[in-house]
Amino acid sequence: MTAITKELNQTKRQKGFFRRLCGQWQLMVMSVPMLLYVFLFNYAPMWGWLTAFQDYQPKKGLAGSPWVGLENFKFLFGREDFLLAIRNTLAMSVINLVFGTVSSILLAILLNEVRSKAFKRTVQTVTYLPHFLSMVIVVGMAQNIFSSNGAVNSLLMSLGLVKEPVFFLGKGEYFWWLVGVINVWKEVGWNTIIYIAAMTSIDPSLYEAASIDGAGRFQRILHVTLPGIKSTFMVLLIMNIGHLMEAGFEIQYLLRSGLTMKYSDTIDVFALIYSFGSSKPHYAYGTAAGMFKSIVGIILLFGANMAAKALDEETLI
Amino acid sequence: MTALNPVKRNGKRRDIVFPIVNTVVLCLLMFITLYPVLNTVAYSFNDGMDAVRGGIGIWPRVFSTSAYKELLQDGAVYQAFWISLSKTVITTVLNLFFTSMLAYALSRKEYVLRKFITVVLVLTMYVNAGLIPNYLLISRTLGLKNTFWVYIIPTMFSCFNMIVIRTYIVGLPEALVESARIDGAGDLRTFFQIILPLCLPVMATVALFVAVGAWNSWFDTYLYCGSKKNLYTLQYLLKMKLATTQNSSNAANTTADALATAAKVAPITIRCAITVVSAVPILVVYPFLQKYFVTGMALGSVKG
Repeated sequence: MTAITKELNQTKRQKGFFRRLCGQWQLMVMSVPMLLYVFLFNYAPMWGWLTAFQDYQPKKGLAGSPWVGLENFKFLFGREDFLLAIRNTLAMSVINLVFGTVSSILLAILLNEVRSKAFKRTVQTVTYLPHFLSMVIVVGMAQNIFSSNGAVNSLLMSLGLVKEPVFFLGKGEYFWWLVGVINVWKEVGWNTIIYIAAMTSIDPSLYEAASIDGAGRFQRILHVTLPGIKSTFMVLLIMNIGHLMEAGFEIQYLLRSGLTMKYSDTIDVFALIYSFGSSKPHYAYGTAAGMFKSIVGIILLFGANMAAKALDEETLI
Repeated sequence: MTALNPVKRNGKRRDIVFPIVNTVVLCLLMFITLYPVLNTVAYSFNDGMDAVRGGIGIWPRVFSTSAYKELLQDGAVYQAFWISLSKTVITTVLNLFFTSMLAYALSRKEYVLRKFITVVLVLTMYVNAGLIPNYLLISRTLGLKNTFWVYIIPTMFSCFNMIVIRTYIVGLPEALVESARIDGAGDLRTFFQIILPLCLPVMATVALFVAVGAWNSWFDTYLYCGSKKNLYTLQYLLKMKLATTQNSSNAANTTADALATAAKVAPITIRCAITVVSAVPILVVYPFLQKYFVTGMALGSVKG
């Protein structure tokens, strides 16, 4: 009995669904073309993942290339440079995440304590600026600043910290930190926007109550400001953990050289070089590397989301 | 909270010290932010041979405009500027048109496909087919390689921007749409005549994001138009200059080496001049849009 009513309800609902859909043809005109566009440009290429299991030959295409099972993955994981690429990706992501988060929260707190509106605005305008410069420009500037006769080396030498110019750009060991520093320089101001927005939504009476209770400036920051931005911090953390496999490739690709490649090449750079670097393209290796990266990324995202749920924190999905 | 009275119990000293330290730290930060930019401008106005010695701060040592003169004689720069400009304008217009229309449709709570489409779109922020499958789609399946359209068609939509616009539209009074409906306007008309004009602030924000992205990209040229000189963008020209001077600076352990190669490869001053030329359009536009994009960014990211 109940099953029948359920079924009846369902058909009724479905009928209603299509009737309502027809009534909303204008909304469909506005949205469905973009939906198709997204299917074509974001989902259709996933068919290309099949090439990861093929000895893909561009001339024969997806249909004509022979299948090789997991050979491509075996090849990748047998290669030292791919394992190094995984290490580099994770290392640079973690450095970027820690540096980026700490620096932008610090700056947001400092800005939040500024009393003069005009000064605050000036600092913001200036620190947002590098976000809008292209990576090509930023890397070009970094090459000037960090070169052996550049500003950083002259500063270090005049302070007497080093005797000889440090070869920042040519030493692999410095590469991760260099990328971290450049990314902080570029994005620190921009990343404060979200935290400052969170700080302005904190109830001012909390600060008042805290200072009546005798809390000094640092105690107010510690006990009011920081708890006030916690949920924003958590959401961003989950998002960033989901993007942990995306260390970026622009900066690494532009800044790398033969001297630093052991430390500079992320998975994306690896895929790019294997696919386009030689005269005979190896698309299959690049696809396999990208596929590995995507799948790990999805696992990380859901993992972080579940962890946040378990800790009863704000979640993303 | 900034207007609070200073806390008296802890003594006045701390409350004078902190703002001073804070101001000094922030001033230092501004200096660090601006230094590389000013340094590049200084190099671009320096004499080429002199610049090789390095050590130029924020003021040119031997003033010269020869780098810019050389740049202005180079037809490739004009062509690249034109390509960059048209790419940016067309991308921005098309992207805004489609993204805002979609954002409106997805802001309507009664729309039955709303949930489905939203999930499909948001997933694209996390799931990505990867570089090579995208390359194969665009260059082989769609045959866009070595055409101008490769700059436009693949960048017509961004989920993040859609969320920013949608959040703004949701914040508008619902009565606007209702009264338009009572007056007999359909959704298309409501959007174009009522909602769109009110979205100007958020559209300015998103326009800035899209335009900066289009202007700044070099990788699309590298992948799809690397063999087509008349489709080079300004950023790609700069990237190529970067590559040549990079090699020399890596090999240049000795100044003699550097001097010898500098005579042959593009001098640092030319590179800096292109940097300035390709950065100026952004630097000119962005301060005017700042008040819009701060609210836009905060809205989109908090509620996204």
